[in-house]
Amino acid sequence: MPPKTRQPNAPLIRSRKPDALGWADVTPKAQFLNRRQLMAAGAAGLGAIAAPGLLKAASPYSTDAEANTLKEITSYNNFYEFGWDKGDPAAIADQLTTDPWSIEIAGMVDKPGTYDIADITKTAPIEERIYRFRCVEAWSMVIPWNGFQLSALLDRVGVQSGAKYVAFQTLLRPDEMPGQRAGGIDWPYVEGLRLDEAMNPLTLLATGIYGEPMPNQNGAPIRLVVPWKYGFKSIKSIVKITLTDTQPPTTWNILQPREYGFYANVNPTVDHPRWSQATERRIGGGLFGARQETFMFNGYGDEVADMYAGMDLAKNY
Amino acid sequence: MGIATAVNTHLRALPTWPVYLAGLIPLAWVIWLVMSGGIGVDPIKGIEHRLGKIALWFLLGGLVITPLRRLIGVNLIRYRRAVGLLAFFYVTLHLVTWLVLDMELLWRQAFNDLYKRPYLLFGIIGFVLLLILALTSNTASIRKLGRNWRRVHWLVYPAVSLGVVHYLWQMKVISQEGWIWAGALVVLLGLRLMPWLRSRLFSRQRPI
Ligand code: HEM
Repeated sequence: MPPKTRQPNAPLIRSRKPDALGWADVTPKAQFLNRRQLMAAGAAGLGAIAAPGLLKAASPYSTDAEANTLKEITSYNNFYEFGWDKGDPAAIADQLTTDPWSIEIAGMVDKPGTYDIADITKTAPIEERIYRFRCVEAWSMVIPWNGFQLSALLDRVGVQSGAKYVAFQTLLRPDEMPGQRAGGIDWPYVEGLRLDEAMNPLTLLATGIYGEPMPNQNGAPIRLVVPWKYGFKSIKSIVKITLTDTQPPTTWNILQPREYGFYANVNPTVDHPRWSQATERRIGGGLFGARQETFMFNGYGDEVADMYAGMDLAKNY
Repeated sequence: MGIATAVNTHLRALPTWPVYLAGLIPLAWVIWLVMSGGIGVDPIKGIEHRLGKIALWFLLGGLVITPLRRLIGVNLIRYRRAVGLLAFFYVTLHLVTWLVLDMELLWRQAFNDLYKRPYLLFGIIGFVLLLILALTSNTASIRKLGRNWRRVHWLVYPAVSLGVVHYLWQMKVISQEGWIWAGALVVLLGLRLMPWLRSRLFSRQRPI
């Protein structure tokens, strides 16, 4: 058998010119569903259909890898509040009430309180970030998120000097989230980041995908996106953010401390007891050839590796 | 016993080949799902998981046949070989899906995974046991092995148990469905073990 060809170790973040186009700018909604054909049409075709008034700077943090279709992104979800199957959230998450919605911001902040979602999303302009998304189950997608940097919100509420960690909590509403009525996990879902991770420019509070409001199954109305960590860190449907000086408990770590660490950085060299992390299957890759190499920090090493200098990442997995 | 006898009489007229044919319906269903796109956005896991689940149905289905005769008198023993071979067929397809579509023949990673991930180790040992059973599921082997054939085919119990443990182990958190399968296995093993235990206790008491 000939050796397998792999994606070259090319730069993973696109160095797009500031005036380049984001997908939401150039892609009429109907065509979101048909990205691959669109790609085939070529860049010239894309330029031709762009409405001049919609031009907006694309983020230098976006990847130029081909994004998954909206159908793929919205029908393959681990959101155990709605069931164990990846199809469950798409099937029943529409019963979740996301309006009204507010986030309680608590702990070591200057301006604690309960903030309405409409107020939260005014924190900073919504921008598009096309990120790779790597699940600990060794599959991956590329997702065009819309959102703003978590750092903007933290700056706005004023982080006090002793704070070292940010804790997040998902909605607890068993009558709309049947998974919370079943056992197995101690609800509500909780996650956390170190403060420097939370302040990293890559860390996003996402409010939409492909220019659409966040679908319920993807964590409406607002969720975290931490692209260099395994997906379970990117907590969905957030209702509470707390600044603390101690490392907060996180759901999967409580459940299986040997399998899921607090850091959960994407790391092909640190094996998970259940899944080899050396490679990943790209969703949308078809029946053959969907497996590809996994990159350290999911390819975001230039932006995040410094934060872990001197740390033993095999211990702090 | 009236109904059981009637069922048995009717079944006597039925040859075994339709059972093999009917056993291919789940495969046709999986192929249909792939062709129609109904398999979902992750066709590889979709195929792998469905084949595993179908295998489980046949494996536990095979274990139902003996107690069915003993407890209610319905005799399906003639179809037991077909059910067992179909189970093996689906486990094999499940394994091939993993190796070819999921692992894409990355042999080194595949082999590493096999011994590093307990759930895969359980699965592969179950597969090897089933392979032994499949290879000896023919009249020539029964004749050749004589009394030993029954001993060899006791392996079906560890084989099915390993399959179920493998299934439970690959879940991050065992679901309700998982517990139902586990419960079904325990009941079936219990039904099989009980007469054996009773006869052992009985025969041990006699000499005293
Ligand atoms: C005794 C035979 C076996 C049975 C009954 C069996 C059954 C199953 C079942 C029911 C599932 C889960 C399906 C679902 O979630 O719907 C599964 C998953 C799986 N099995 Fe097997 N299996 C067997 C042997 C094997 C073998 C030999 C391998 C490969 C060496 C294997 C590899 C896998 C893999 C990779 C998964 C998916 C795990 C994941 O998605 O995380 N199985 N199996």
